[in-house]
Amino acid sequence: MSKNTRTILICSGKGGVGKTTLTANLGIALANSGATTAVLDADFGLRNLDLLLGLENRIIYTAQDVLDKNCRLDQALVRHKKEPNLALLPAGDPRMLDWMKPEDMKKISDMLSEKFDFVLVDCPAGVEDGFKNALAACKEAIVVTNPELSAVRDADRVIGILNTSDIEPIQLVINRVRPNMMASQEMLSIDDVQGILSLPLLGIVLEDEQVIISTNRGEPLTLTDGRSPAKKCYLNVSQRLTGTDVPIIDPKNEGKSLKDKFMRLMQTKVF
Amino acid sequence: MTLRDLINKLLGRETASANTARERLQLVLAHDRVDMSSLTTDLLDKMRKEILDVVAKYVEIDFEEVAVSLETEDRMTALVANLPIKRTVSGEIKFKNNNEKNDKDIKK
Ligand SMILES: Nc1ncnc2c1ncn2[C@@H]1O[C@H](COP(=O)(O)OP(=O)(O)OP(=O)(O)O)[C@@H](O)[C@H]1O
Ligand SMILES: [Mg+2]
Repeated sequence: MSKNTRTILICSGKGGVGKTTLTANLGIALANSGATTAVLDADFGLRNLDLLLGLENRIIYTAQDVLDKNCRLDQALVRHKKEPNLALLPAGDPRMLDWMKPEDMKKISDMLSEKFDFVLVDCPAGVEDGFKNALAACKEAIVVTNPELSAVRDADRVIGILNTSDIEPIQLVINRVRPNMMASQEMLSIDDVQGILSLPLLGIVLEDEQVIISTNRGEPLTLTDGRSPAKKCYLNVSQRLTGTDVPIIDPKNEGKSLKDKFMRLMQTKVF
Repeated sequence: MTLRDLINKLLGRETASANTARERLQLVLAHDRVDMSSLTTDLLDKMRKEILDVVAKYVEIDFEEVAVSLETEDRMTALVANLPIKRTVSGEIKFKNNNEKNDKDIKK
C-alpha cells in the first residue's frame, strides 16, 4: 500500500450509544480539514449511516456489489455533494451477513486505503460476527461509550477483545455527557469512566438536542454553520485525531447558568 | 469528600448516585474481566510456574500436591494457591502434612 491510510474502527459493544453519529460527524470534519475520507457502513443488518449523511437516495451499488465484481469501487462510492472529500461506501443488505468473512472486509478496506487518507468503519452493536468482520478491516479503534453503567460495561468487553487483536491505538470517546448531572454527581464523571476503562481519552461529546435535529435533516452538525455544544465537541475530536494539540473539552466549563455555577461550588473538595 | 457529600451526610441523605454507579461497575467488571476467559489456561499455567519458581527459592514445596486455581464466589474472584511446604531452604522442617494457603485477588 502506497498511502499511510488510517483505518479506524468506531465501536461500542452496546447499541445506540452514538457510533453512527460520531462516524458521520467525524467523517465530515476530517474531510473538511482536507483529508480524503471514506466512511464504511459495516452495520449490514441495520444500516443508518446513509441517512445521517443525507445520502440515502443516492445509493446504487454497495460493498457487496464491489466484492461480487458487479461494479467497480468508484461506482459504489457515494460522494457527498457539499463535502467532496467525503465518500460513503454503503453496506450490502442483511443477507450479506451470512457469507461475509473477515477477509472480505479486509479486502474492501485495502481497496479504500489506496484512495483515502482516512477510512472510518461504523461498527454494528454487539461483539459477534458483524463486529469481528469490521475489526478485521481496521488498524486502530475508537471506543464510544456513555457515562452509564451498561454502556461502560459493554465497552469493557469490547476493549477486552480489542486488546487481544493488534489494533493500536485504542482511544475513548465519551458521548452524551451532561455537565449538570456530572456536577451534581448523579452521573459517572469523565475521570470515573476513563479510569475504569483505562484507555487514552480522545474526547467527549455533550448531550445536545441539535444532534437529533441534524439527523432529521440528514446534515451532520459539523456540516452546518451554526454553533452547538455537540458540534464543538465533534470538531475537537477531529482535531485531536489528526494530531492537533488541543485540550479535551471540559464539561466543568460548559454549563453557564447560575445553577451550573452553584453545582460547581458543591463539587469543591472540603477534605 | 465534596461539599455536596458533606451536606448530604449532615442531613442524613443518600449519597449521589454516581458513587453507587462507580462501586457497582467496579464489582461487575472485576467479575466480567476474569470471566471473559482473559485468563486462559495457558496464562494460568504460566502463572503457576512463575509462582512456584518464586516460592521454591525460599521453601521446599511438595510439587505433587501443588494446586493453583481460580475460584469465584459472590462476584469476587480469587487466585487460590495451595502449596504444601516440606521444609524451608535453610533445612528447618516447618510443616509435614499441613497446607499453606495463599489467597490473592486478581487484577488484570
Ligand atoms: N451527543 C448526543 N446528544 C443527543 N443525542 C444523541 C447524541 N449522540 C447520539 N444521540 C442520539 O442517540 C441515538 C443513537 O445514536 P446512533 O445511531 O449514532 O448510535 P449507534 O451507536 O450507531 O446505534 P446502533 O448501535 O444502533 O448502530 C440517536 O437517536 C442519536 O440522535
Ligand atoms: Mg449505528
